[in-house]
Amino acid sequence: MSIITCRDLCIGYDKKILIKDINLEIKEGDYISVVGPNGAGKSTLAKTLIKQIKTISGEITYNNEVLKTHIGYLSQQNVDSNDFPASVYEVIRSGCINQLGFRAFFKKNKIEHVNRIIDFLELNHLKKRCYRELSGGQKRLVLLARALCAANKILVLDEPVAGLDPIICANFYEIVKRANAHLGISILMVSHDLQNVVKYSKRVLHIDKKIKFYGTTEDYVKSKVYAKFNTEESNRD
Amino acid sequence: MIDDIMQVFSYGFMCRAFMVGIAISICSALLGVPLVLKRFSMMGDGLSHVAFGTLSIAMATHDSPLLISLPIVILCSFLLLNLSQKSKLHGDAAIALISTSSLSIGVLVLSVTTGMNTDVCNFLFGSILGMSNTDVYVSLVMCAVILIAYILMYQRIFATTFDEAFAKASGINVKMCSLFISLMMSIIIVLGMRMMGALLISNLIVIPALTSMRIFKTFFSAVLYAVVISVICFSLGMVTSYLIETPTGASIVIFNIVAFILHAIIGSTLKYVKTTC
Repeated sequence: MSIITCRDLCIGYDKKILIKDINLEIKEGDYISVVGPNGAGKSTLAKTLIKQIKTISGEITYNNEVLKTHIGYLSQQNVDSNDFPASVYEVIRSGCINQLGFRAFFKKNKIEHVNRIIDFLELNHLKKRCYRELSGGQKRLVLLARALCAANKILVLDEPVAGLDPIICANFYEIVKRANAHLGISILMVSHDLQNVVKYSKRVLHIDKKIKFYGTTEDYVKSKVYAKFNTEESNRD
Repeated sequence: MIDDIMQVFSYGFMCRAFMVGIAISICSALLGVPLVLKRFSMMGDGLSHVAFGTLSIAMATHDSPLLISLPIVILCSFLLLNLSQKSKLHGDAAIALISTSSLSIGVLVLSVTTGMNTDVCNFLFGSILGMSNTDVYVSLVMCAVILIAYILMYQRIFATTFDEAFAKASGINVKMCSLFISLMMSIIIVLGMRMMGALLISNLIVIPALTSMRIFKTFFSAVLYAVVISVICFSLGMVTSYLIETPTGASIVIFNIVAFILHAIIGSTLKYVKTTC
């Protein structure tokens, strides 16, 4: 079953086209990584899918079960609020806000869902802590939990591990993998980290002004696009 | 001493002032936390100057101050909100522009009509005598409406204040939420102006929230404690104002400031103890 389908999609900012002719189908249980050089429009694609940016032409169709607001989204940066009084639990629970409808408070089953997510990410020990006092890596996990609360079927992650140290980064990838496998949530992750892309994702979308490659990770590793991009990236390091 | 305090409540005007004051303290503290966190504190100050300008016009035309002030202040709050969001005129500059121009309009109108008398002084710095019976009813009803609306909107207010981008992606109308908050702020400013004084009302919104945030670390507890501290400071200020005949607004502000300093000290001591242990 496909969750999101893009047909002849053109995206960009202020009518300036960044990527043309995107034909893409995200299926249930998919784990897609979006790679490409800086400024290729990876984040723009992610933001277009969650409807933060309007499409220029073409169309995106969402599966009926995935109302457009029921997409979990995690942006590049942590919410930075050094004076905001909020407990970790309050932050995670706010992820359910998209399922509030016209009610004033969360239903009991939503609260249970929040607790399941907290158990799943093993964040119980942080639950009562103050969000502003957490480390960068912990904040990331809390915001991931919030995104998971919002996610019905699909999670869109925009360079979620940028700036994290390798151990926390690896842990993060493991958790995303578990969410994909056990919670049945499709993943679309914009990433810069080719090594982990190849290691974890099921499919890869390589974009640079247009779709250069879209297929399974095994095929991607064998492709010319990968070989060229990999050498470029390692030269840069 | 206790007799003196009990005597306070034997006067009808004092009872009225207390009822309205407590209702306004509760609402202003509730709104204060999201307003401070959204960096809207100065907007409250700007709006109170606008309220002063409209009050002086109401005095000149002998109309009900509430009737004239409320729509104009609400209009200005929407204007400020829009200006700070998109225009090239930045938020703080826009506030300076609007607050000084309305203050000068107020002063001009006053000097042409009534002149600087005690009434004007009461408007600026607050008076417990300013409440008519209608004022009391209108204020209590408005405060009840704000309280209910706040409770109904609580989850949305938290989400938009904490992370606007996420709230937007979740399908919340962030703009409506901001408009709603500034609407409530305008109402509170106009209602509280008579008692607190136009120049001091924004204190009632900002300081209890700051005080509470020194110590409390969850949004819910911060909001709740801000309400408690706001009501306590109001009552102390009110009684003091009656006993030693000081302006009401200024007395309440002083108690709020003292509470803030105490909480700041307690807060940093707690932090120090936590890091050293």
